[in-house]
Amino acid sequence: MQGAQRILVPGEVVGEKEGRGRVEVEGAVYKAGSQYRAKTLSVARYDERGNVLRVIPLKGKYIPSVGDIVIGIIVEVGFTSWLVDINSPYTAVLPVSEVSSRPVTIPRSDLSKILDEGDMILAKVISFDKTKDPVLTIKESKLGKIQRGLLVEISPKKVPRVIGRKGSMIKLIESMLDVEVVVGQNGRVLVVGSDRRREEIAALAIKKIEAEAHTEGLTSRIKEYIEGMLR
Amino acid sequence: MSRKAQAVKLLDEQGRRVDGRLPDEMRPLKIEVGKLKNADGSAYVELGNNKVIAAVYGPREVVPRHEALPDRALLRCRYSMLPFSVAERKSPQPTRREIEISKVVREALAPAIFLEEYPRTAIDVYIHVIEADGGTRTASIIAAATALADAGVAMRDLVAAVAIGKIGEVLVVDINGLEDQYGDGDMPIAMMPQLGEVTLLQADGVFKPEEIKRALEMASKHIRYIHSVQVRALKETYAKVEEGEVVG
Repeated sequence: MQGAQRILVPGEVVGEKEGRGRVEVEGAVYKAGSQYRAKTLSVARYDERGNVLRVIPLKGKYIPSVGDIVIGIIVEVGFTSWLVDINSPYTAVLPVSEVSSRPVTIPRSDLSKILDEGDMILAKVISFDKTKDPVLTIKESKLGKIQRGLLVEISPKKVPRVIGRKGSMIKLIESMLDVEVVVGQNGRVLVVGSDRRREEIAALAIKKIEAEAHTEGLTSRIKEYIEGMLR
Repeated sequence: MSRKAQAVKLLDEQGRRVDGRLPDEMRPLKIEVGKLKNADGSAYVELGNNKVIAAVYGPREVVPRHEALPDRALLRCRYSMLPFSVAERKSPQPTRREIEISKVVREALAPAIFLEEYPRTAIDVYIHVIEADGGTRTASIIAAATALADAGVAMRDLVAAVAIGKIGEVLVVDINGLEDQYGDGDMPIAMMPQLGEVTLLQADGVFKPEEIKRALEMASKHIRYIHSVQVRALKETYAKVEEGEVVG
């Protein structure tokens, strides 16, 4: 089976038999002696030029990293901060100082008036070093409370496929269905459109991308799928 | 030959064992991956009459909070034998034996996992023995390691295990319940097959130094076979997922 060939299990040596020149290996690998071994259950694929072998994990939890845009849900309102579920083993913190630039008088203002439990936010990770919980900000443009739209949850490891090469997959969905797609690195995807039906089609298409990630010719199949649904 | 082994004849004149196997022959092994939908990773293992299911959750938040480790993930294993797994009902309360096996399974798996990649989290491994016939700890390790890989946890290698037994002066591989009860020795061995490192070595009974050497050689041969079954199970499951037939 050709598909089975490219799947790697933890500990498997990556790209050993390639004799032609030096092949760079990147992704979920570790070095043992002079060999690269896969860290997780993953697929190996060459980039377009064929000199970089990427090892892409198939499964796993979202581990935050600084600069990621994520979609979070407020789970707790504190005195000076909010706790945010970001679909990760780590709960994120959103301090008041990262919400508004105007000073907030703590004793008199109730933070739940700004953001309440269950509210959804689009935020950016500004610090995370594994000894401290990730800190979020919503001070930049486009970030902030999500007012409407449809939320789709996918595996965080499938996010790059939903985005597509240089955002091609998103652009395809956006242009075909006239919706806006916001992808959080934590595996939460928000679809905002004027028409409920089109939002739903986009959500189904995203679920299809997740199910068929790492198969060839996915973009054209998604195109056909959306065309079929629109008819 | 010892007195015990004579009481129950474990080896016949042709050198066959009670279930007809040769000394260097394993019981049939079957592994299925991803049988549980709620778990992050799961595996079901049949080793002869043993039936074991392992579920992995995590990395996830540690409850209770104070148990979290600042520099690495907390690996928790629970091995339990279900009340109907043996002929006589087994009380569901964890026995000393189950607590011990939970510990040795955890210690057999820990060296293979990049625990330092997930500080302040917990990785929970639940192992349930549905049917037991000797060698459940090795079957549990096989199932747990496969389930961990299925969960997408970062690992150095898979872990596979096999028990080497002793009947009289003969070393036998993968002992069953009868051989465990009436044999002269039991030595479960777990290894990281591709790195060739031993992560578990227990023994009861008396082994001579050269017997231990031979047991390790026999074990590593069979562990390579077990590993190939683990790899095949994982790859076949994910090849199907890739083609879009099954999700999860």
